[in-house]
Amino acid sequence: MKIHEYQAKEILRQFGVTTPNGIACFSVNEVISAAQSLGGNRWVVKAQIYAGGRGKGGGVKLARSLDEVRQFAEGMLNKPLITHQTGPQGQIVHRLYIEQGVDIQHEYYLGMVIDRARQRVCLMASAEGGMDIEEVAAKTPEKIHKILIDPVAGLKDEDITHIAGKISLPSTSLDATRVLLKGLYQAFDQTDASLLEINPLILTTSGQVIALDAKMNFDDNALFRHPEIVALRDTDEEDPAEMEAAKHDLSYIALDGNIGCLVNGAGLAMATMDIIKLYGGHPANFLDVGGGATAEKVTEAFKIMLRNPKLQAILVNIFGGIMKCDVIAQGVTTAAREVKLTVPLVVRLEGTNVDLGKKILAESGLPIISASNMADAAEKVVNAIQKGA
Amino acid sequence: MSILINRDSRVITQGITGKTGQFHTQLCREYANGRQCFVAGVNPKKPGEQFEGIPIFATVKEAKQATGATVSVIYVPPPFAAAAIDEAVEADLDLVICITEGIPVRDMLRTRYKMQGKKTLLIGPNCPGIITPDEIKIGIMPGYIHKKGRIGVVSRSGTLTYEAVAQLMALGLGQSTCIGIGGDPINGLKHLDVLKLFNDDDETDAVLMVGEIGGTDEEDCARWVKDHMKKPVVGFIAGVTAPPGKRMGHAGAIIAGGKGTAQEKIEVMEACGIRVTRNPAEMGKLLKSVL
Repeated sequence: MKIHEYQAKEILRQFGVTTPNGIACFSVNEVISAAQSLGGNRWVVKAQIYAGGRGKGGGVKLARSLDEVRQFAEGMLNKPLITHQTGPQGQIVHRLYIEQGVDIQHEYYLGMVIDRARQRVCLMASAEGGMDIEEVAAKTPEKIHKILIDPVAGLKDEDITHIAGKISLPSTSLDATRVLLKGLYQAFDQTDASLLEINPLILTTSGQVIALDAKMNFDDNALFRHPEIVALRDTDEEDPAEMEAAKHDLSYIALDGNIGCLVNGAGLAMATMDIIKLYGGHPANFLDVGGGATAEKVTEAFKIMLRNPKLQAILVNIFGGIMKCDVIAQGVTTAAREVKLTVPLVVRLEGTNVDLGKKILAESGLPIISASNMADAAEKVVNAIQKGA
Repeated sequence: MSILINRDSRVITQGITGKTGQFHTQLCREYANGRQCFVAGVNPKKPGEQFEGIPIFATVKEAKQATGATVSVIYVPPPFAAAAIDEAVEADLDLVICITEGIPVRDMLRTRYKMQGKKTLLIGPNCPGIITPDEIKIGIMPGYIHKKGRIGVVSRSGTLTYEAVAQLMALGLGQSTCIGIGGDPINGLKHLDVLKLFNDDDETDAVLMVGEIGGTDEEDCARWVKDHMKKPVVGFIAGVTAPPGKRMGHAGAIIAGGKGTAQEKIEVMEACGIRVTRNPAEMGKLLKSVL
């Protein structure tokens, strides 16, 4: 799960991390009064969307007067912001964050992620902050320094001294760095974060160390113990079909194509998308109905796929293990009748009670195209679309 | 020999009294030598009780002492599953198979840390388990789709593994052992560990390796295969069409920071001499072609 920058900064402040003073706003008037109450003569107006690349996309602007604050806020609020991560349609900006301007001496990069191969939280730091860190990593990997954090001892003082030295943070700011890094790791650990990025982390002209930006993602598997984080969810940022699917315990991801896929198991669902592509088709979605799909769940899955206006055919690929093919076949026929299906439906069943399942499909009177294996299914669904077109 | 488990394995079920634990313990008992193999259950609140004749103990340690079991399978719900693994490791079992899906990464990081220097091996979490056909199955895979033979199968998924097995069976190829190592980012045995075991197993002639997007396990494994594997290995990687930044069902199946794409994995595997099919309907056929 993702959250906005201002929400991440609120969390980080609770762990003793210094950030600029700022106020989240939902209207232009709120932005103006926020700027007035923050005081000073320079403010940064920041669009709050989950996608990265906001600076380059025009979503972060430095204002030198209240007039400029108003002008920038009006330019961003309720308008789409297009960045390299939003896609060409952009993301509508509903929230702004206004911060006091800070005097920057140097910009650094700090990140924390899970290193899967080493099975540790990895702290990454670079003196090349403020830039696209993936580009730094690709072109000059030696400029990114890493430390694996011991999950029991946490971030040690010697690790902090080491990494601060590597990125040439002045020794006069070492105490401030220690407080900040320990706070960041505590925040990462205690909130079950999966990613934390401070880009840039800045050294101010007065020697302060400040998190100028903040990005946090959280482990979905741990949300059950973090109601305070679940409460931060911004539904404007989420795909309505994916949210609806989650309610029914279905794993659904929208894609660009026109062939809906309904599969049991994540690996088989990905393989089904792959084989559709291999046969010249384009999957409209990833959809894993899970191990214990019922007729109701299959019906909901059909409804969610059918919300997609681009959908032109559906491929159901089920390997019945514990889940029996006759139960799935019953679910598919019930769903097809209930939603009054108008697009071609190809069904491939394999596994437990497969013959019974196929019989139910054949005797349903529905125009279901039965397939004998994955390749046959992919070929038939691609042909069905070509015939229809 | 098969790898890791056989008819002589004795198994403790942690979470035997839950709905999933009960259901799958029954099916595992009905499979091949299951009745002799599944000898104990654990539930701290129900020591002294029984489940279908299987005695229930308060702790793994007591279950091990009373029955001599050296393997455990875990169906405990996600908030408590990592602690269940810890308990099995503390009891010095040889092998723990964690079926549970949805364990927080932070819990697994701590559990894997505690497992350093211990003898216990872990399969999973979020996996279908392990089966040595016609001898024993520990997990949730359908037993009847398998048959004893000489092909090793290792995979990160559940149903895609069953698909692979069905393709092998259609060509008359049985399996020595099939292992689902699970779809989580922090897990126990990896492709590499399992390939090492298959390499040393007299009853395995060739290996089918099924991977998916996310992480670099398949690449690490491929590099080892290039220099050390004495037997043919073929592969399939799911997720060529998966978009970056989206979690494709499994917690571990995500292309993040430009890493873990299917294309990259396939390229490394092929460069290391592993033949890889782009067509998931041809996994069995490809394996047969290298025998």
